[in-house]
Formats: sequence, C-alpha cells, structure tokens
Amino acid sequence: MNITSLLLIAFAAIVSENFVFTHYFGICPFLGVSDKPSKAFGMGAIVTFVITLSSVLTWLLDRYVLNPFSLTYLTTVLFITVIAVLVQAVELFIKKKSPALHEKLGIYLPLTATNCAVLEATLLNIQNGFNLLEAIVFGFASAIGFTLALLIFAGVRERLIFSNPPKAFEGLPILLISAGLIAMAFSGLSGINIG
Amino acid sequence: MTHLKYILTSGLIQNNPFFLLIGICPAVVVTTSAIGGLMMGLSTLLVLLFSNFFISLLRKLIPSWARIPCYVLIIASLANAFDLLLQAFFPTLSVNLGVYLPLTIVNCLIFARAEMFASKNGPLESIADGLGIGLGFTCILTLLGMMREILGNGSVFGIELFGKHFSLLIFMMPAGAFFCLGFLIAIIQKIASCRFGNTQGGNQ
Repeated sequence: MNITSLLLIAFAAIVSENFVFTHYFGICPFLGVSDKPSKAFGMGAIVTFVITLSSVLTWLLDRYVLNPFSLTYLTTVLFITVIAVLVQAVELFIKKKSPALHEKLGIYLPLTATNCAVLEATLLNIQNGFNLLEAIVFGFASAIGFTLALLIFAGVRERLIFSNPPKAFEGLPILLISAGLIAMAFSGLSGINIG
Repeated sequence: MTHLKYILTSGLIQNNPFFLLIGICPAVVVTTSAIGGLMMGLSTLLVLLFSNFFISLLRKLIPSWARIPCYVLIIASLANAFDLLLQAFFPTLSVNLGVYLPLTIVNCLIFARAEMFASKNGPLESIADGLGIGLGFTCILTLLGMMREILGNGSVFGIELFGKHFSLLIFMMPAGAFFCLGFLIAIIQKIASCRFGNTQGGNQ
C-alpha cells in the first residue's frame, strides 16, 4: 500500500466518481440546503465528520464482530444504527453550540442519518475490501466530493436568483435542470478510469 | 373524519414529497423504468404506513435525545421484516418488490415523516398521512419512471413503442433524471396555475 493508491482513491471519490453527480447519493440535502453557501458548508462539514467517523467504526465492526460471527445479514441495519447514533450526537452538539445553524438546517440535520451517501460510503468500504486507512481516505474523500457538489450548486443557485426562467419553471424545476447540467459536466469526467 | 381526509389529500397534492425535495435520492435511482418507479413507490408506501403507525404509538416513550437511532431502527427493522415476510408468503411478489424494500431504509422520506408528522400526531392521523404521502410519492415516481423509460428506452412498462433500437442514454443517467423531474414539476406547476390561477409549487 502506498501514497499513490490512496491519492487515486481520493481523486476517484472526489471527482470522477462523485457521489452526487454520478451515483445519485445524497441528493435530498444537495437540493435542500444548497440555497446559501454558508448552509452548504455547514452541511458539508457535518457529513464529512459523520462519514469519516462512521467509516472507521463500521470497518471495525465489520472486521471484528460481523465477520467472525457470520452476522453479515445484519450489516445494513447495524451500519445505519451506528450512523444514526453519530448523527444524534452531532445534532445534540450543534443544538447546544450553534442554535443558529441548527435552525437553518432544520429537518435536513436529522435527515443526515438516512443520507444515502453516508450509508453507501460505509458499505462501499466493505465491498471494495479496503483496509482501515483506505476506508478512512475513501470516506473522507467522498464527503469532500459531496461538499464540493453542494458548494458548486450553492454558487449556481446564487446566480439563479437573478435569472428569469419561464413562469412554470420558477422554483424547483429550474433548480433540477441546473443540477442536471452540472451532472452532465461531471459525467464527462467518468471516462477517467482508475484501476 | 374531515380532518383525516384533509391530511390524506394534502399528502397527495400540496405536501407531495417531491415539492418538499425529500425522498428523491432512491427515487431517481430506480425510475429508469415505469415498473421500477411503481414498485419503489409501493414499497415506500408499505413501510411508511407501518413506520408512521408505530412511531406515533411510541412517540411518548422515545426521548428526544435518542430519537434518531430509534426511528432508524424501527424503519430498518420494518423494511427487513417485510422483505422476509414477502419472501416467505408471496415469493412471486417478492421477486418484484424484494430489490426495492432494502432501499426504503435510506429513503429520507420515511424518516422525514416520522420526524415531522408521526412524532407529533396520533396513530390515526399518522396512518392517513402515511397513506396520502405514500400514494403521492408513488404517483410521481411512476410518472417519472414512465417519462424516463419512454425517452430513454422507447418503451413503457416494458412495451416497446418506437422499435428495438430506440435509445437516448442521457435519460438513463443522473442528469436525465434531474431534467425529467424538472420538466415534470414544471408541467404540474403549469397545470396548477391554469387551474387555480397562482403557482404555489416549490419551496424556494
């Protein structure tokens, strides 16, 4: 195992295999909290924290509990419980330390528990047979990719405020179509194949 | 009774999850075909009904500082239980629904209804809410699936419309899902504005 392979994992997770644009994971918060860059950044930080920590915990759980006792059929239920406990801890922390951010994120903060990006990152760690370090790098990088997507979209949305779409497209539809355009740009990168 | 009816219909129309931008993630994954959309909608409806009911029954017992893991556990166990029950008693149905039930675990819609509705209302209201929201979700998912299948594959519910070689790959990819959903909601907004005079879709 060397630095290059770690860097390649990180590059793939951030750009060419970006969770939001190439795998559809985490679309709800992507559309829901990206109306301001500050909100997008807050959400990104929370997801990064939760994914990285849950990558470590679920990897250990899989290696030392699920596999030795052949309980792999419980993988999803256990992983999502670990994630939910982490999210609950984050929620309590933010509620105490930054009520303003808690207010702003609203329903999307507890929704991180069922954010497909988080669960999928932990499951992919196991599926790809990563070791602990690789799992941490992959989890962290996917979260960075998610944050990047959120920030790009928040930037686009700031411009959208001044745009003048047809009446029927106001609000949600124009948002979804801009998201589609960004997704097209990212799919151009999918040709980069990292073995 | 009128109260329950109101909750039910509001889930279908103005509270439709797609207008609130919730539950879209697993939805776009499976809507590459009309049948996929329909099955995903039905699985969600099934789990949502029961999770709303149980969570609303337990709402006074679950402390607010531990509610997220509790809700998630209830939803995940329900989804798993339905998966196993279907395999045991309705094997033919399980072939169709089996793929989608585990996906409902990460469907934020179910969790969102638990957090926003079932944790604050009684069991009857919660069932009405689950039914309304679930049906609204199923409708939009099926429509989206039909739209993407027609454009992307030239067929609808597996029946070919434009011959064998018709295919627009973009509509099978995430970008196409965003475009279709965007147009679908635009059409709904247009119809709503013609009917009622004002556009009230979206939450921007």
